[in-house]
Amino acid sequence: MPSLGTGALLLGIVVCLYGIGASIYGVRTDQDRWIESGRRSVYALAVTMICAFAVLEVALLSNDWAFNTVADTSSVTTPLLYKVAAVWASQEGSLLLWALLSALWSSLALFLVKGRMREIAAYATAVLLAFDAFFIFLMLGYANPFNTTHPAPVEGAGLDPLLRFPTMMIHPPMIYSGYTLCIVPFAFGVGALITRKVDAEWLKVMRRFALAAWIFLGIGIVLGARWSYSELGWGGYWGWDAVENAALLPWLAATAFIHSLMIQEKRGMLKVWNASLVFAMGTLAIMGTFLVRSGILDSIHAFGGATLGVPFVILIGAMIAGSIYLVVSRRDVLRSEHQLDSLLSRESAFLLNNLVLAGLAFVIFWGTFFPIISEALTGREASVGSPWFDRYTVPLALVLVLLSGIGPVIAWRRATFANALRNLRAPILVALAVCVAVLGAGVSGKPLAVVMFAFAGFALAAVAQEYWRGTRVRARSTGQRPPRALLGLMRRNRRRYGGYIVHIGIAALFIGVAASSSFQHSVEPRLKVGQKIKIDGYTMRYVRPTASVTPKYDAAHTGATLSLGAVIRVTKGGKYVTTLLPAEGFYDSGEPSQGSVGHLIGGQAVSHVALNSTPFRDLWAAVAPEITAPQLERILKAGNKAIPVNRPEEAMIVLALMGREYLKNTPVAEFHFEVSPMVMWIWIGALIILCGGLIAIFPSPRVLARRVSVSVRKPAPVRGRERDQVPA
Amino acid sequence: MNPARKRTIRLVVALTAAVTLASALIYTSFSAASPAISPSQLIHDAVPGRSYQLTGTVVTGSIRHYGEVLEFQVKDRAGEDAVPVRYTGEVPDPFHEGREVIVTVSKQGSQYIGERNSLITKCPSKYKSAPPAATRKY
Amino acid sequence: MSMPAAALMILLLGIVLWIVTTPLHAMPHLRRRRAGQRADLEAQREAKYQEIRDTELDFQTGKLSVQDHEAVDGALRREALAILDRISALEQAEKAEGAEPAAS
Repeated sequence: MPSLGTGALLLGIVVCLYGIGASIYGVRTDQDRWIESGRRSVYALAVTMICAFAVLEVALLSNDWAFNTVADTSSVTTPLLYKVAAVWASQEGSLLLWALLSALWSSLALFLVKGRMREIAAYATAVLLAFDAFFIFLMLGYANPFNTTHPAPVEGAGLDPLLRFPTMMIHPPMIYSGYTLCIVPFAFGVGALITRKVDAEWLKVMRRFALAAWIFLGIGIVLGARWSYSELGWGGYWGWDAVENAALLPWLAATAFIHSLMIQEKRGMLKVWNASLVFAMGTLAIMGTFLVRSGILDSIHAFGGATLGVPFVILIGAMIAGSIYLVVSRRDVLRSEHQLDSLLSRESAFLLNNLVLAGLAFVIFWGTFFPIISEALTGREASVGSPWFDRYTVPLALVLVLLSGIGPVIAWRRATFANALRNLRAPILVALAVCVAVLGAGVSGKPLAVVMFAFAGFALAAVAQEYWRGTRVRARSTGQRPPRALLGLMRRNRRRYGGYIVHIGIAALFIGVAASSSFQHSVEPRLKVGQKIKIDGYTMRYVRPTASVTPKYDAAHTGATLSLGAVIRVTKGGKYVTTLLPAEGFYDSGEPSQGSVGHLIGGQAVSHVALNSTPFRDLWAAVAPEITAPQLERILKAGNKAIPVNRPEEAMIVLALMGREYLKNTPVAEFHFEVSPMVMWIWIGALIILCGGLIAIFPSPRVLARRVSVSVRKPAPVRGRERDQVPA
Repeated sequence: MNPARKRTIRLVVALTAAVTLASALIYTSFSAASPAISPSQLIHDAVPGRSYQLTGTVVTGSIRHYGEVLEFQVKDRAGEDAVPVRYTGEVPDPFHEGREVIVTVSKQGSQYIGERNSLITKCPSKYKSAPPAATRKY
Repeated sequence: MSMPAAALMILLLGIVLWIVTTPLHAMPHLRRRRAGQRADLEAQREAKYQEIRDTELDFQTGKLSVQDHEAVDGALRREALAILDRISALEQAEKAEGAEPAAS
């Protein structure tokens, strides 16, 4: 079966090369059948990648240790769901996932534009297949998922315990979907510029693709944040880690593009800017993939001495050079049709929004790549930390939230100052009220957080006002009751009102970020059983220790051989709040040199953080039990001495003795407690953003053109038509 | 003022603001940055009292826990020079001998004291170039 | 390669060849070019209609003054009429060539 997998890859790359040739030949010689054959090559590629992926999944599920990737990432005791996810736990498997998702999303995109944008789609097909060919080439040349070892090992190394977290099932597929979807607009951008057809239909299609990339990348980023929040030592939900930043950069470019695209649609402006953004999206997505695999930047994410850096650098160089060439050589096609009518207009607000997003992207890019930049310029590698990032991103984020409230209430093309002020009056009052309320509640010392709350209140009020007014207008004109009118309003204007929902989500998310980062309390006490500590009004009492042995009894179902933890009783003002059960899991290292008992717990240790969440606050607890306490070490050493390595059942009994000793003579344990206000609003905000994005991406129902008596308003005369199909 | 002139003024103002902000950003990044340094560089160049971002690999068998204090040695990725580090604070889950770490240290006497909660450990190399043959059971 | 793997590989190859080579039989293309032009004009028309509706909604929700609304709405309707004229011209050209206009 490994040969089937490699065969599928080989067939895949042949299909890619054929498809590139057929598409370009077809479009250059004006032969539809070759263009169609090229397009169908993408479907055929998807079939080969599904086959290759299936071979690897079957190998994992059937414990075929002959496959190197299976032996490295799975074991008999690895739970089933983690076996499925183990495909993307390795370099080789994650490249295969990338190629599969790229082929699937490309197939969907080309299917959706079937019969339209013939020439653009042909070049886009060639570009998409070129990217897939690159990833398959990486697998065949550097990291083949189907390499085998003979004789096969009798057992696998198991999935790294750090990856045994439910989010492992979904975070990488979402991130990779986001990255691969960023390549689709890139490819269609290349096609549009080569053919010099940057037109309305292209814009319509680009908007959907960009929105899809934005949605998936956003989901992946939030899932990663949630995962990071639930692990010890990963920097909380956001640590400005290089790989986190790398996923955020194309998302920022996509956000800017979704907004500035509307300006091009309505006014024929910002064509060069939009083309640049589309190319930036794709390039940044590839850069993100590159960062994780090249080892060029330090991060909590995985790298090593992987050799994929050079091919990626060549690809990124080609993408940048090609993008610049296309934009410069097609600047005649990208000339703006109009100019900005007024600074007080939605166009201006969107332009400012784009500048803020570009500023954010520049700051994050600079900070992320600073170690390389500083080494190139000064010869010494240096890095900047979270305080530096926060210094620049926080003010920019404040402006962004403010603009998310201003944009909706200002008209396209032009707005009068008096009109704008009248529309902004209520949101401004709400912002002031929020400010007063927050300060009145005794919140002090964090002016930026207070400003963020005020701006978020402003944005929420502005959007609520839009919904209210729009519903009222529709109710009046259709005679419907408000709930029905609201649904009708959203149905007919999905883009606008879906976008407004996204703005609500953004405001909620930033409320959560501001509150949790500015007003977090954290302590790291060492506690004996029975001791307690106070934090932010909560009392955390260490009631008793916990211990469990063998994968079967592991409460977190992650395959830990030994799990030591604590029962923490939380009270506030004498009243019971909750019980937290943090623990640390110890895993098998597979190293016989650590001893028969030692190797069972000598591998990766993973903290299982305890979380209690309400909309008002999160209680977060982690424990680091002293596994090296003398009373436990004594038992471990005796066990290593007495039990040979090939008797794991007896070694497990020694572990049980260690567990029992831990419960009887519990050493002091180190704890980490955090009380963070309103963290849940980050996840709620993200969910709202997702809903808004999904509403915005679906097409509105076809508006029936009604025959109405419409005269074109002065000064132009009616051109021989008294009745028109222009809808009212 | 004619529209073309207005547009030129807007462009100049915007560009000036962008250049000013970018310059501030670039300047502060150089002044706020912590230089990354390997153990061999630290041994030769470290000035007492100054902070350095030490990066290297945890020496096998060097990890010792003394209550809340963690002591370990960090060696060059490729090379044998190692420095002893005394650290208190949060120990990330991936921390283990043989793993690559980044920790902010300052020299005090002959010791290097790790800044509290500054220890970062890179995840074990899932994107390694060679398979972990040693961990496979035959 | 084992027998089952070889058989699956041959099946895969067959599927791929079938998918890729099916269109290599003759296909008419003149109609597609017209369909492409028409699709683009229809996209422009829909976008313009959406703009007109957006402007109307902006006016009714108080974001535009009467004068601004009249000016913007008038300009948009003129642009919409220009697009409708181009669609009509394309339909005439299609009729003249004897090709069936694509269903709208």
